[in-house]
Amino acid sequence: MKITEREVRYVADLANLKLSDEEIGRLSKDLDEILTHIDTLNELDTSNVQPMAQVLYDAEENATLRDDQEQPCLGNELALANAPLSGAGYFKVPKVIER
Amino acid sequence: MSAISSGVASLTVDQVREGLAAREFSAVELAQSALDFAKAENPKTNAYLHFSPERAIAAAELVDRKLQAGEPAGPLAGVPIAVKDVIVTKGVRTTCGSRLLERYIPPYDATAVIRLEQAGGIILGKTNCDEFAMGSSNENSAFGPVKNPVAPDRVSGGSSGGSAAAVAQGTAVVALGSDTGGSVRQPASFCGVVGVTPTYGRVSRYGLVAFASSLDHIGPFARTVGDAARLLQSIAGRDENDSTSAFAPVPDYAAALNANVKGTKIGLPREYFEGLASETGDLIAKGVELLKKLGCEVREISLPATKYAVPCYYIIATAEASSNLARYDGVRYTSRVEAETLTDMYRATRGAGFGAECKRRIMLGTYVLSHGYYDAYYLKAQKVRALIAEDFRKAFADVDAIVAPVSPSPAFKIGEKIDDPLEMYLSDIYTITGDLAGIPCMSVPCGKTAAGLPVGMQILTRHFDETGMFRLADAFEKAGGFAG
Repeated sequence: MKITEREVRYVADLANLKLSDEEIGRLSKDLDEILTHIDTLNELDTSNVQPMAQVLYDAEENATLRDDQEQPCLGNELALANAPLSGAGYFKVPKVIER
Repeated sequence: MSAISSGVASLTVDQVREGLAAREFSAVELAQSALDFAKAENPKTNAYLHFSPERAIAAAELVDRKLQAGEPAGPLAGVPIAVKDVIVTKGVRTTCGSRLLERYIPPYDATAVIRLEQAGGIILGKTNCDEFAMGSSNENSAFGPVKNPVAPDRVSGGSSGGSAAAVAQGTAVVALGSDTGGSVRQPASFCGVVGVTPTYGRVSRYGLVAFASSLDHIGPFARTVGDAARLLQSIAGRDENDSTSAFAPVPDYAAALNANVKGTKIGLPREYFEGLASETGDLIAKGVELLKKLGCEVREISLPATKYAVPCYYIIATAEASSNLARYDGVRYTSRVEAETLTDMYRATRGAGFGAECKRRIMLGTYVLSHGYYDAYYLKAQKVRALIAEDFRKAFADVDAIVAPVSPSPAFKIGEKIDDPLEMYLSDIYTITGDLAGIPCMSVPCGKTAAGLPVGMQILTRHFDETGMFRLADAFEKAGGFAG
């Protein structure tokens, strides 16, 4: 077993996902199978390999640097247009701090 | 109108331009015919999720005004185009195939969308896809699967199944898709059209809803290599809004067409020819024979890290996805399930909104990034990714192009693999390597099985050598009579 049902519940909490017991059971099985397959990576000795975080090709080193210039942005109204709940120019969420 | 009624389903970019120039139809007439045709045909495949008639007609009117005034109307003037629904369109609903974004109206346009409209392109509507582009069959769309236009009981492939099906069906001349692990090339192969994944950074990702940022690409679908090249021409190039977009100048891709490919050195990676369905293997072998007849020098090569590509990919892609999809939390993007506390609201919204495949990938990605596992999984995968990229770099010292299958088998039956996520992941083996290395790659049709199912052949070249890729694909397509 690579992963227990208890760990799956813990990861679901980290990921902010509310899952049913049925989903937890299904995911435990699926993740276990996938993680077992992923273990094949351990066959490879990578102790002398530099990790590749992004696609690399020959280019000028500082090409993406530019002057910091002000640009127009979306604006409050547009930015809030898709919010499920907003008011007074803000996104509204359930109360976080008690008075 | 004759040219329209006789063949809106088979028009090419060149035919649209010639038709407009000869006044056989106006851009508005063509847009209206194309919309009517697409709406009537769509129930057969479910390729489009929604249409954008106002935007299409407005863009067509602009093209007509320019043509009347004798001004240049752009290289894609009047061309009906479908856009995958993970690419944002200002004022036009963009759902990413997800219930979570069912009502999302983006406040801005993706750079690729702006550029194709600047080139005169007409966006007919948004195409179906696996939820947040996660899937290989289009069965993970919250709005139903896309049926393969060639065989309606079979999948279109995914995740850009709607764009592939629309082009195959003739309800768009060309289309935009996105590719993170094969999501352009695999559906192109399954539906019998051309699908291109350009070099990473060749096309701006600004406005492409993020799945796995280090792997995401926007890429074209077309019925001919030439049309795919023309679409890429219009959308490629540096964009300040995407810091990973490349500065490399964009060459004239059309110059690669109708060229001689004699002497082109082609490598066949032996690791890609194990475990192929026999008919797929036979068709690729015939394709290779055709390339030899065209004067290409073919040799066997080895890309030894290939067998590690699937686990490597499913760590990196899910880790990045778990981070990118954290934003769908019930605060900003239309959907919310109310709850007492903020955390419970997040959890309820995400639990109700995401489909099974998204949840699986968010969970896997969160797990591999969680405390104590980073080195064992994410860092390990990044190192294996370096080995896969190095394999290609070494191979391209000896060959100009690599030819390989796209998928181990042709389009499978709807529902056939839905209960086995690992098997579905393993079928991505031949396409994810190109994304991991960031090199240009494409699927070009290479024939059909006895049952009439299309099979695509993959061509991969060096970073930014889309020209070499198009040259080979175009010569192959013409020699084999494979243009759709």
